[in-house]
Amino acid sequence: MTYLAKPKLLRTDAPKNALGYTRRDYEGAISTLCAGCGHDSISAAIVQACFDLDIEPHKVAKLSGIGCSSKTPDYFLGASHGFNTTHGRMPSVLTGAALANRDLLYLGVSGDGDSASIGIGQFAHAMRRGVNMTYIVENNGVYGLTKGQFSATTDKGSKNKRGVVNNDTPIDLMALALQLGASYVARSFSGDKEQLIPLIKGALRHLGPAVIDVISPCVTFNNHPGSTKSYDYIREHNEAVNRLDFILPRDQINASYEPGSLRRVVQHDGSVLLLRKLGKDYDPSDRVGAMNFLQERQALGEIVTGLLYVDTSAEDLHRHLNTVEKPLNQLRDAYLCPGSKVLDALNASLR
Amino acid sequence: MSETKPIQSCNDFVIKFANVNGSGSASANELFARSIMRMGVPVAPRNIFPSNIQGMPTWYEMRVSEAGWLGRRGGCELMVAMNPQTWDRDIAEIEAGGYLVYDSTKALPRSRFREDITVLGIPLTEICNREYTDPRQRQLFKNIMYVGALTALLDMEFVSVEKLVADQYRGKDKLIDANVNALRLGYDYAKENLSCPIGLRIERSDGVGDQIFMNGNDACGLGAVYGGATVAGWYPITPSTSVIEAFGSYCRKYRTDPDNGMARYAIVQCEDELASIGVVIGAAWNGSRAFTATSGPGISLMQEFFGLAYFAEVPIVVFNVQRGGPSTGMPTRTQQSDLIACAYASHGDTKHVLLFPEDPYECFTLGADAFDLADRLQTPVFVLLDLDIGMNDRLCKPFDWDDQRRYDRGKVMTAEDLDAGKNFGRYLDVDGDGIPWRTIPGTHPTKGAFFSRGTTRNAYAKYSEAGTDYIYNMERLRRKFETAKKLVPAPIVQKASQPTRFGAIYYGSTSPAMAEAFALLEAQGVHVDIMRVRGFPFADEVIDFINERDCVFVVEQNESGQLRMLLVNEGEIDPKRLIRVLHYDGTPITARFISGRIADTLSKNKVTPIRKQVAS
Repeated sequence: MTYLAKPKLLRTDAPKNALGYTRRDYEGAISTLCAGCGHDSISAAIVQACFDLDIEPHKVAKLSGIGCSSKTPDYFLGASHGFNTTHGRMPSVLTGAALANRDLLYLGVSGDGDSASIGIGQFAHAMRRGVNMTYIVENNGVYGLTKGQFSATTDKGSKNKRGVVNNDTPIDLMALALQLGASYVARSFSGDKEQLIPLIKGALRHLGPAVIDVISPCVTFNNHPGSTKSYDYIREHNEAVNRLDFILPRDQINASYEPGSLRRVVQHDGSVLLLRKLGKDYDPSDRVGAMNFLQERQALGEIVTGLLYVDTSAEDLHRHLNTVEKPLNQLRDAYLCPGSKVLDALNASLR
Repeated sequence: MSETKPIQSCNDFVIKFANVNGSGSASANELFARSIMRMGVPVAPRNIFPSNIQGMPTWYEMRVSEAGWLGRRGGCELMVAMNPQTWDRDIAEIEAGGYLVYDSTKALPRSRFREDITVLGIPLTEICNREYTDPRQRQLFKNIMYVGALTALLDMEFVSVEKLVADQYRGKDKLIDANVNALRLGYDYAKENLSCPIGLRIERSDGVGDQIFMNGNDACGLGAVYGGATVAGWYPITPSTSVIEAFGSYCRKYRTDPDNGMARYAIVQCEDELASIGVVIGAAWNGSRAFTATSGPGISLMQEFFGLAYFAEVPIVVFNVQRGGPSTGMPTRTQQSDLIACAYASHGDTKHVLLFPEDPYECFTLGADAFDLADRLQTPVFVLLDLDIGMNDRLCKPFDWDDQRRYDRGKVMTAEDLDAGKNFGRYLDVDGDGIPWRTIPGTHPTKGAFFSRGTTRNAYAKYSEAGTDYIYNMERLRRKFETAKKLVPAPIVQKASQPTRFGAIYYGSTSPAMAEAFALLEAQGVHVDIMRVRGFPFADEVIDFINERDCVFVVEQNESGQLRMLLVNEGEIDPKRLIRVLHYDGTPITARFISGRIADTLSKNKVTPIRKQVAS
């Protein structure tokens, strides 16, 4: 609905966060996606999460690949720099950006085609390298911009709009992420903002590669009865392992839950992840257990959502490379150039 | 020995070593080259190696030239034949009257030698087996031993070789003693059993001066340090790998914070070339100076990203150490065959800035300058060297740096600029040079943010599919390349001793061979003005040089005449006026080849100036 200009009027009583920003300050251009697209809900969740966390928008760099999902960074955080890169290659560009300035927050937005097909290599290697980022996969199991082809996350046996059955085995990006060393792994549903917003908050405040697979139905090409990524199908098969409350260090924890039903995870920056266990006793600090659980439930046709895994002692790429605290892009000439005297000595050693 | 007289020459000949790769010969051969240089005599060594780790033939060709000619010459006066696999062709390559040094431990039939050369047998294996028990030592010291023998045969100063060994292994006394001992064994054997010196001699001279001995890849890595690069993304590929290795080792030395040992740089070895260039683009977009080093196949893989960097206007630097193509081609041989692949890299209408260093000195200076140029023009800059200058040690001018110099970060708008109310349009041409202003992510809380993309946009970086916006942008990019013409390094002209209607254009590693060819031609009374092109897009002087002459030879090391194609296309030049001089067998071009081609063409074809044809 791009023909409608966004009204500039602001409610004077709009709620403000600790920085004095309203939610509006975290929005972007008007979405050009189809009405009802799950991706727009994810954008809204990102806006809410950043507002709640009092993040300065210009301290976020948002990067994406190509596809419907990758268009969305234009639709949130309009005061942040963004980079819509090439298809499947966002992870490498984000890695480079993160190396240049360790002080910004890096938000990568991708889709199932972008991450599981053309970009699976870059997805895998960014995870194993420990890039400090929040990586959101807006997973609709279909190629939208090219009008409805199966993607690599399309479930085996599911049908496209014309009734053609997909025979290929799907790729579970979260299973991959777990195996490859991602230190914050979650899955959610674009239609469940109660679950999604705290998961995004936790990811934004996590040190290391945080990845969230958000099942996000494509209303135009993949929201029909034969699809396993339709709104109805997800609602029926969603098996949440936990419910997350994200709490900043400054906040009072006054939630009252039954003893034993809560798990408290403190992240490196003091932020707290309060996990309400649901159903089966699930341990989100057990990487191997998480992998097994995912596989078992997948075999039963269930879509496991929630915080699947978190490692609060993870290190990131900067730590591995032992880079200086000051962002590399702010180092002045004198810190970079060894100068003529060093060169004279070097010349002498080359004779 | 037949009637052919043994060659007599002082400080002007070629020695070639035929070895088996992985046998440790390269370092012994390099030691020998350095020893000659320490005596003040210019040497140009070239390592001709296989794409293999152990067991295949490898050669080390060493041109000794008091006159300072550093190009490959071809042929050899002295062959050190240490590889039975290539014996026959090695023997055949020796010039009539030349010399052969070989391992005479095992007797060879007379038929395997030539009558017109001097044969110098040294029982290297026998001596080694007698002196050493460790198999690895037997192998390594065999190489050092022939260096010792050559020292005697060529009448060199033993002490100067000995001193070099001491310098190289400083602090490792055991190694010094062992190596000097092996040198001595070879030296003594030659003195006692062979007639020393032979007709070839090295005599102390002053031809080296203050020059340094360095390879181009190391110089590129050093240039990147001095140029202020902080991020490198890369993937190993011959012959470019050592650019990054050098960058890393210079960074560890010069860019480690003295207070806490932390790194003022980041190097990521990526999963492939696509990721490498992605890392570079991400870092550069975010305000770091960033680069990669690669070779032909890597350039092919990076194509889509080059288009993004061009269109989103991200300043990146790419060192392309060219090798023989197409496809995997000749990975360990030299060529200049990626000009077209780089000049117009990626789909759509793209054009890129190229720099052509001639030697390690320019690898350093142009390598450092490339970062200023990329920032100034906000576009990819390719430094195109090749295996010949990249991987071979070469005598060159010592490096210099002006401490007053500050990095030119180009048009970067700061928070102060934005607060002062400067109009920021990411793709807006405010002063006619085609270069827009940019902001670095994180600059200002409310102003200056934009969304970079590879899609069409208007001057304010908003997505647009309007033809007018597209054309505005493309015309601005064209203006930017007009600006680039004035910023790339200017060509260098050397005029013939007499006025001439002919010219020759060349670039990069062809330089030393061309300089020598120029002298050879002058000596034959053939006069040709020569111009070394150092950058693309071509400065107006390059096109003028051609237009002012009847015909111009374009000398290059590829099969299709890629520089010529660029000249024809960009300068709108009649192709008939540009004569191809092409060398592309994977070996470096020689002066003999260039001067031969030019002299032949001018005499045999009686080149008639086109203007006269038209007039008649």
